[in-house]
Amino acid sequence: MNLSAESVRGAGFDLRMRSVRILRSSIFRLALLYVFLLGVSVAILLGFIYWSTAGYMDRQITATIEAEIRGLAEQYRRRGLTGLTSVIGERVARDPVGSSLYLLVNDRLEHIVGNLDRWPAEFADDEGWIRFRLRERGPDHTEEHEARAQMFLLRGGLRLLVGRDVRDLEATRALIQDALSWGFAITAALAMLGGWLMSASLVRRLESVNQTSREIMEGDLSRRIPLSGSGDDFDQLAISLNRMLERIEILMAGVRQVSDNIAHDLRTPLTRLRNKLELLDAELPESGAARALAEETIADADELLLTFNALLRIARIESGSRRAAFASVDLAALVADVAELYEPVAAEQGQSLMLVADDPVWIVGDRDLLFQALVNLVDNAIKYTQPGGELTLSVDAADGRAHILVADNGPGIPHALREQVFRRFFRIDDSRSLPGSGLGLSLVQAVVQLHRATIELTDNRPGLRVMLCFDQ
Amino acid sequence: MRILLIEDDRQMADYLRKALAEVGALVDHAAEGREGLLQAASGDYDALIVDRMLPGLDGLGIVRTLRASGNRTPVLFLSALGEVDDRVQGLRAGGDDYLTKPFAFSELHARVEALLRRGVAEAPATRLRVADLEMDLLKREVNRAGTSIALQPREFRLLECLMRHAGQVVTRTMLLEQVWDYHFDPQTNVIDVHISRLRSKIDRDFDPPLLQTVRGSGYMMAAE
Repeated sequence: MNLSAESVRGAGFDLRMRSVRILRSSIFRLALLYVFLLGVSVAILLGFIYWSTAGYMDRQITATIEAEIRGLAEQYRRRGLTGLTSVIGERVARDPVGSSLYLLVNDRLEHIVGNLDRWPAEFADDEGWIRFRLRERGPDHTEEHEARAQMFLLRGGLRLLVGRDVRDLEATRALIQDALSWGFAITAALAMLGGWLMSASLVRRLESVNQTSREIMEGDLSRRIPLSGSGDDFDQLAISLNRMLERIEILMAGVRQVSDNIAHDLRTPLTRLRNKLELLDAELPESGAARALAEETIADADELLLTFNALLRIARIESGSRRAAFASVDLAALVADVAELYEPVAAEQGQSLMLVADDPVWIVGDRDLLFQALVNLVDNAIKYTQPGGELTLSVDAADGRAHILVADNGPGIPHALREQVFRRFFRIDDSRSLPGSGLGLSLVQAVVQLHRATIELTDNRPGLRVMLCFDQ
Repeated sequence: MRILLIEDDRQMADYLRKALAEVGALVDHAAEGREGLLQAASGDYDALIVDRMLPGLDGLGIVRTLRASGNRTPVLFLSALGEVDDRVQGLRAGGDDYLTKPFAFSELHARVEALLRRGVAEAPATRLRVADLEMDLLKREVNRAGTSIALQPREFRLLECLMRHAGQVVTRTMLLEQVWDYHFDPQTNVIDVHISRLRSKIDRDFDPPLLQTVRGSGYMMAAE
């Protein structure tokens, strides 16, 4: 149960991380810019559509009104007031809805004929156009809407007003505005969504390149960037990168081949040298200076070979190839075995070795290498701690991390040197008199890196605490 | 004892022939893979010592072919490849033991002796005995001259390994491999400390001492 809850939380976390990554990606920013530019162009386009539809209707009305006024003025000129009033009367009668507005007044603004009851109070512009509020003449509702009209001064002080109730026009205009606004909103939303999806897919593909690079940097040179199979430019890039990786892998394999060859070619003569010394040793008289010298020389040769082996071993571990053989390892059992192996050695130095390991702590790793790393750490602790010292070896697990602690109350390592001790052949001056190659901690670090774990050296006040931290 | 040595490095081969002859073995030598396979298949040998990297047919190929044809002669691989994977490959191909170059001759000698002993099929023992020291493998009990001796589990395995090879040299590396079951380089002579603990339990209060140190090689259980 725990596990599933864990993985759900993990998935949510992963999703959140991915969203953050998408938002921060340059691709998403490009997409945003694209959405913005698209929005501007769509706004311009829709503005033009609005101007040409709503504006066209507006201009139509203007033209109709102007034509009508010209017609009525003509009537008046030809048939006088009677003609004009009868034409207006007819037109009013023909339009019971009242969408066309007519009003003829005399010079004292008194109503002569028309379907408006009074002359509007608003002022007209230079061309005689006027906008005013029209009160709906209905029995049960008094609605106001906009009207537009042109006034015209006739001979004899008569004033003519011809207009249109523009409520339909306003309604149509509102409709068009609505439609265009919705259109704009939907376009923008689709563009955003498209931008997001595009970014997400590009980020995902870039992320696969990133992921592969990380794995390669961690030493798995055989990794390749997956292709989508579409043959697009991402695939082209992946193909180029994969070719490059192949080339690097071949070169690296070449380097490894060379070191393997060194191992084969150089260790063999070294073996011969050592074995001849052994033969020589057997020939020499049992007790004599020559024999002692021969044995010392054999010991020197052994030390040389050990150093050489350790170097090759570190190089091999760093290549990461052993990750292929990883299996489940119980750190508690492993640490208990190390403690059991070294307890007599510590006891011989009058040191106590305390083991704190109860429940099994499982990680995925290489048990031999982990054992070797712990042996190196415990061996160092015993070697550098004074007789009578106390050593602690403990394992625990919390929050998906497993910890191994190797602590002593010896002289510790000065803060300034805590990074350097991992360097090959590095030895702290005080310890040069003690046996050792200066490769022990380099090997520990190589093993730690192989397991994607961390190692931390801290002050045990007094002494050294070495903390290894693994993902479970 | 007839041993076939398949090794392409002439100097190494000469040295091994000389050294093995000195301990009383009859040694044939092949310097090439296919030739070695033919000799191994036709001759009657007590043990084969096979280098992994050979011209013609490599060591793994030779042993695989021999095993496939039913030949059960004990095989010791020699190799400059000392990683656990390499060792596992060697053992999986049908090798009985694996020794990484460089090695001391005493190490090779001890392992060849152990191989020859393994070759003799013996009934699974339930009791081991060296002089007046007795080990009951079923009851997990040890006693010497009638006195029961309490051992830690690891000490028991250590003593068992030494008693199974009674009369033979067992090297420190062999003990690490067989008793501790981890492949690693001990930084100090951890084994010596464990041996001296064991010795204090089985030898200190008794006579004669049974657990001998063989200078430059390892340890041996034997009544003097």
